[in-house]
Amino acid sequence: MSEQKVIMGNHALSYGAVTSRVQVVAAYPITPQTQVVELLSEMCADGTLDAEFIKVESEHSAMAASIGASAAGARAFTATSSQGLALMHEMLHWAVGARLPIVMGNINRSMAPPWTIWSEQTDSLSQRDTGWLQIYASSNQEVYDSVLIAYKVAENKKVSLPVMIVLDAFFLSHTSENVNLIDQKDADRYLKPYNPEFKLDIKNPHTFGGLTTADWYMELRYKIQKAMEDSIDVIKEAHKEFKDLFGREYGLVETYKCEDADTILVAIATAASTAKEVIDELRKEGKKVGLLRIRFFRPFPFDDVKKNLKNSKKVIVLDRNLSPGNGGIVYQEVKSALYNEPVKPKVYGYIAGLGGRDITVDTIKKLFEDAQKSEPAEVKWMEVKI
Amino acid sequence: MLEIRVHGRGGQGGVIASKILAYAFAMEGKYVQAFPEFGVERRGAPVTAFIRVSEGKINIRSKIYEPQHLIVLEPTLLGAIDITEGLKDGGFIVINTKKRPDELNLKVKNSKIATVDATGIALKYRLGSSASPIVNTAILGGFAKATGFVKIESIVEAIKKEVPIKPEENAQAAIEAYNSTLM
Repeated sequence: MSEQKVIMGNHALSYGAVTSRVQVVAAYPITPQTQVVELLSEMCADGTLDAEFIKVESEHSAMAASIGASAAGARAFTATSSQGLALMHEMLHWAVGARLPIVMGNINRSMAPPWTIWSEQTDSLSQRDTGWLQIYASSNQEVYDSVLIAYKVAENKKVSLPVMIVLDAFFLSHTSENVNLIDQKDADRYLKPYNPEFKLDIKNPHTFGGLTTADWYMELRYKIQKAMEDSIDVIKEAHKEFKDLFGREYGLVETYKCEDADTILVAIATAASTAKEVIDELRKEGKKVGLLRIRFFRPFPFDDVKKNLKNSKKVIVLDRNLSPGNGGIVYQEVKSALYNEPVKPKVYGYIAGLGGRDITVDTIKKLFEDAQKSEPAEVKWMEVKI
Repeated sequence: MLEIRVHGRGGQGGVIASKILAYAFAMEGKYVQAFPEFGVERRGAPVTAFIRVSEGKINIRSKIYEPQHLIVLEPTLLGAIDITEGLKDGGFIVINTKKRPDELNLKVKNSKIATVDATGIALKYRLGSSASPIVNTAILGGFAKATGFVKIESIVEAIKKEVPIKPEENAQAAIEAYNSTLM
């Protein structure tokens, strides 16, 4: 049995945390994330959620408290956005090094200045080297489902790493849509209580994360890389079990009409959803086009990306983010994934939709038109007024 | 796919109206999206909200620039902003006003105009304050009557589930609006 609600992406995160039976929520409000923890605090107050809600004085403290809770063996959840995520940066590394399966929602918001609250993925992609797994969602149902999947993967002993679930500001966070909530009994079959092998225990005191010399530090980093690599199979298993129980199917990537496509668009998050409309329209005109949506950006799904793209002629990468001095971040990674293939497509990089500027069907059509008639460039800007 | 734009002023409940309406459609098995203008809302300032309704999954996630249908919560907006910007032909415009549709002189080509005194109904059921009545539930009754897209029963059920304060009175307001909508 499941219940259908019409809820915004922010509340899909909150309900995901409730269905996952999180035990500690430590968070600081920031637009456009605030509603996530607002609802969770109400639910903690009225007893719907049996969790400790910790009000903190900053995002750095929100992550520090999540780390403490997770180290003590609790299932910890938090959420933030943009400047808040940037302020957490030091602690994001700590959560990874300490191998703590925290799950966090991040609502993509452009970095200031100038002050802005609208969508762009530079905030979360700036954290890609911290060692968090990253999921980019494209619907509220996916947001909700991903919370359960994230804990399932994070808490697997082969992984033991934190997971960030990323959603576009407003396009998901403040947009209400149909979401099927999973019955708690069924969710409990999927996600068992968190019971770590090692935890902070006052009856059995241990020190974690103490000084480690060059003798062993490198081995610990090696194990983090190995855990990321091993997480690929763990994610696939978690997705399969999710589909068997609840019927909804997810992958490391999502493909749409890629099989015979000679031009494939690569995108993450909501732009990839809108792109399906474009693919349908262009297919009606007889054009062989497809879409590859990268759902897991970390671990980077090398095999899926190569398998789906290597037989195409042109790959168009749409980035709603920017690494100044280089270009789109997804573009860089897709191009590097293809580099060692003996036969490889041309890869075009486009920047669009920064600061929450709308990425419309027309925007995406223009990418296909431009790539059809031009040679690839490291970075091309769409719809810039200067 | 239906694309609907809601016009109101901050504090009137236009954004909530979009969510209640989306919920009513969802209860009839439709896929829906409801979202506010992605900005900063201020009490009294013009506010817009949007709804998409479809038989199948909705992939498009950009804003709505060319809605086919309008819901107008505030008659003073008619002189303040161009509510018909981007409006497609052939839809419905449901307006909160005491006037009859033919008294409005709206410059639209092929839209069907319906009016309902949502303010009067909201005041009768004491929704909001007498200075700023909450008209968002009443106008939805008018939308159901004018368009026939959604059953009044679904609107009533959605109101009862989504409105935390005076759900019964809000539901009655929608029903009264449904029964008094002029076209």
